[in-house]
Amino acid sequence: MSDAEQQGEEGAGIIKKFMFVNRKAPYGTIYALEGLEVVLISAAFDQDVSLAFVDDGVYQLLKGQQTKGIESKNFSPAYRALEGYDIEKLYVEREALEARGLAEEDLLVDVQVMSSAELAELMAAQDVVIGF
Amino acid sequence: MLHIVNKSPYERNALESCLRLAQPGSALLLIEDGVYAATRGNAAEARLKDAMARLKVYALKADLEARGVAGRVMDGIELVDYGGFVDLACGQPNCQSWL
Repeated sequence: MSDAEQQGEEGAGIIKKFMFVNRKAPYGTIYALEGLEVVLISAAFDQDVSLAFVDDGVYQLLKGQQTKGIESKNFSPAYRALEGYDIEKLYVEREALEARGLAEEDLLVDVQVMSSAELAELMAAQDVVIGF
Repeated sequence: MLHIVNKSPYERNALESCLRLAQPGSALLLIEDGVYAATRGNAAEARLKDAMARLKVYALKADLEARGVAGRVMDGIELVDYGGFVDLACGQPNCQSWL
């Protein structure tokens, strides 16, 4: 019997591995913000949560976002608050950064930069993968 | 003609189609997620640079600032505010949004 199943019998609930895959730029569509809301909700259920940023999703983490001019909420500081919800596994695809002329130091939160192949392995090891 | 592109060059081919079909002497305004095309080192940089020989290219400043890329704009692209957006639209006989 796995650890997760044993915990379930003790009433603590089964812990599954959830990965949220963020592929959209912020502000242009609602996906990035909605994805972040779901991540924060998931934190309340004591699951093993990780976030992956690929494609235009890496733009969500860019430093220096100033949204006053477009009268939208700047939700980028919330990524730094994830740590407080015990969400500390943030993965960024190196290929996505490079294709956009970006580097790890351009990001506003500590992340693990990894190759597509490494990220693919992590994805394959999840119980649940949810894309935004 | 004022061409308006609001999609990321990585996500849609709106910019690509616009650059293919825009006539010399037209203006191109990048707004919303379209402004990522105006940043140095992006995938569309070379194509946009080529196009700048025949098109005047603008980008909306508020959208660059919102996305944290106002300091990464390629040389030769003029930044405009919302008033400048209106001036561009009024200054051209017509406009086309590449949604």
